[in-house]
Amino acid sequence: MAERLLTMRNVVIEGFADEQWQPIVNGIDLYLDRGEVLGLIGESGAGKSTIGLAAMGYSRDGCRIVSGSIVFDGMEVMRLPEAEVRKLRGARIAYVAQSAAASFNPAHRLIKQYAETPTHHGLLSAAEAAQNAKDMYRRLDLPEPDRIGYRYPHQVSGGQLQRAMVAMAMACNPDLIIFDEPTTALDVTTQIEVLAAIKEIVSTQNAAAMYISHDLAVVIQLADRIMVLRYGEEVEEGDAREMLARPKKDYTRQLISARRMQRDKRLLPELEDYVVLQCDHISASYEPGVPVVEDINLTIRCGQTVAVVGESGSGKSTLARVITGLLPPYAGQVMFNSAGQADAHAEVLSASYKARSRDLLRRLQMIYQMPDVALNPRQKVRDVLGRPLLFYFGFKKREREQRIAELLHMIELPADFANRYTTELSGGQKQRICIARALAAEPDVIICDEVTSALDQLVAEEILKLLQRLQNELGVSYLFITHDLATVKAIADDIVVMYQGRIVEQGVKADILTPPHHEYTKRLLASVPDMDPDWLDGVLANPAKP
Amino acid sequence: MDALRTLSKASWSAKAGVIIIAVYISAAVLAPLIAPYGETEVVGEVWEPFGGATLLGTDQLGRDLLTRLLYGARNTISIALATTLLAFCIGITAGFFAAIVGGWVDNILSRIVDILMAIPILIFALMILSVLGTSVPTLIIVVAVLDSTRVFRLSRALAMDVSVMDFVEVARLRGEGLWWIMRREIFPNTLVPLVAEIGLRFCFVFLFISALSFLGLGIQPPAADWGGMLRENAGAITFGILTPLIPAAAIAVLTIGVNMVVDWFLQQTSGLQGE
Repeated sequence: MAERLLTMRNVVIEGFADEQWQPIVNGIDLYLDRGEVLGLIGESGAGKSTIGLAAMGYSRDGCRIVSGSIVFDGMEVMRLPEAEVRKLRGARIAYVAQSAAASFNPAHRLIKQYAETPTHHGLLSAAEAAQNAKDMYRRLDLPEPDRIGYRYPHQVSGGQLQRAMVAMAMACNPDLIIFDEPTTALDVTTQIEVLAAIKEIVSTQNAAAMYISHDLAVVIQLADRIMVLRYGEEVEEGDAREMLARPKKDYTRQLISARRMQRDKRLLPELEDYVVLQCDHISASYEPGVPVVEDINLTIRCGQTVAVVGESGSGKSTLARVITGLLPPYAGQVMFNSAGQADAHAEVLSASYKARSRDLLRRLQMIYQMPDVALNPRQKVRDVLGRPLLFYFGFKKREREQRIAELLHMIELPADFANRYTTELSGGQKQRICIARALAAEPDVIICDEVTSALDQLVAEEILKLLQRLQNELGVSYLFITHDLATVKAIADDIVVMYQGRIVEQGVKADILTPPHHEYTKRLLASVPDMDPDWLDGVLANPAKP
Repeated sequence: MDALRTLSKASWSAKAGVIIIAVYISAAVLAPLIAPYGETEVVGEVWEPFGGATLLGTDQLGRDLLTRLLYGARNTISIALATTLLAFCIGITAGFFAAIVGGWVDNILSRIVDILMAIPILIFALMILSVLGTSVPTLIIVVAVLDSTRVFRLSRALAMDVSVMDFVEVARLRGEGLWWIMRREIFPNTLVPLVAEIGLRFCFVFLFISALSFLGLGIQPPAADWGGMLRENAGAITFGILTPLIPAAAIAVLTIGVNMVVDWFLQQTSGLQGE
């Protein structure tokens, strides 16, 4: 029987919202033994992070731990004086946050920040801590472990920074480490490095870990046990492999199947097949001499979805900015068939959106990654959807109301949503409104820039289904920009793989996803976690790195 | 109705502020009806004490101080309000324009504002007013232009933050004009800090005009205004007569009242919860 390290019993945590205290976490029981990894999984608002922080006896501003007991290594954390709890934090319980970039102090070198906690707690001298840090950097497979600590946070990559943060959490040899979405902000290719580092640490340290994530495929790589949370309550809890094989609850089943979505059979017999948009040798840059995208050629056919994949910094979003005319390219042009007929001659789009006619602007719409900032918080849904109707088609008030109701119906929201302010909607609903706004213009092409990456998995899946259904009904074409290969598999007809501003491979989905692959595509494909607990070990055993 | 319900839940200081403002506004509007005498009518001896035929005594020419105070509210508040609103129209339009268009437009506008701000505002106003003469429209325009430089700075900074949001990009890509983007996308999202600023600016303008009147370049006699009354009666204080303190108190109380309401508004809209 392993040693019991942490027990939380009937923990209730409330947050202050809408002028009253509302439960965020509603009576959670959990335990954690030494040498064990517990995965906490759930959508945003499920209370995962709140539980993680509560394990350190901490609650965020505006939250309070109302009742319950939190026992860490035989000590009741709730009843310890604040000074004692502070000694636990950092030294015996460590926390790894989602965004390393936001958690490091940009003004200090990495190694100084590493040494801060152990020297503060009086465990190590500064020199010992520095030596320790170098060993830890080496164990986590960071490049140049003896030197990297003397860099500033902005001088290392995102994945390296996240690993440096894992190293920092290990500085005091903690008994419990809480990982709060440590890889969510990373590309799949860098995610592997960090996962490998975490796995190495957890398995060799005889520590316990709590791994918080919304991505089940990631959690099962590390966790021995998994707890599924929803609305601050436990859905189910159990052995990771057991749960994966035999989920007990519907919600868990949905989570497991979320990544297995496939493209529906196409039902577009009546559509003519022609190229609606074509990028012709496009190169663009933000400053002269530093091209961000180079020599991009791609075509979007009517009623089809072209997915552009690549990790961050590959120039995907820049390409979208060039096509929409926000960033005029320094070479190449965008051709657009605005007549809507196969035999019509494609015209060259003006490089800047300012020179494009209103009709051309209408035909090319865009949906953004962050629905929160893509909707004016001071407008009602009626204003958001009504404006393009008035602007492009000059609809009178009655026609407009009718069309808004139709659009809301199309995106599966009730008609009375027209009266709501955009801030009163959930993330998924906001994204639906963004889709409706694009549809209101009756476009030929919609550019979707990472439209699902800010959403929870199940919500994202619904958005993808909606986009597909709309394509089948309306015959609109999508240029789908994403870093998520699961999304690509789900919706694409054609795939364009971008790497460092260039297209490395493009073609029909089946061709790209079946071997032989380009080296980079191979690595990208290999980096996507499968719903398989042994996937990470398999990848690490056979590295597909070029 | 909604506004009333919100107000009934407001803090006592906000209610006090609203009452103060309401009293001042009704005094200003109703001045000819409730004032016991004419604006420039001499009713007694110089600096008569409180009570008797004149409730607050008389001023340095023997005019009824209460009457002067009521008419003064009219002149001072209306001119200050007109000036503030004009300053905001100029400042916001120019500030938003500079932020959205950017580039050399922003540069030129910002440098002009820098130059205007480099000269102490009171000295600048005195200089221009003594050249142009002191009619009410000139006074309003000069003070508004000088004050709009501060508004420009604020609204430019606010619009810079909002104009990089995706919803503004959506509007641009839709083909919306500059005016529409300024009015419908940016303005509503900068409203909270701007309203806070308008309250403070109103107080500053109000004090500034009083100061100009005190120096003889503001509202011209025989029209009543509080700054001017303060100056004209200042001598009385050496005789131990409290008359000059009354217009001073009128200025102070209104300033406090406006600030109370602004504080409340800020708290409401910024979501800060006062416990």
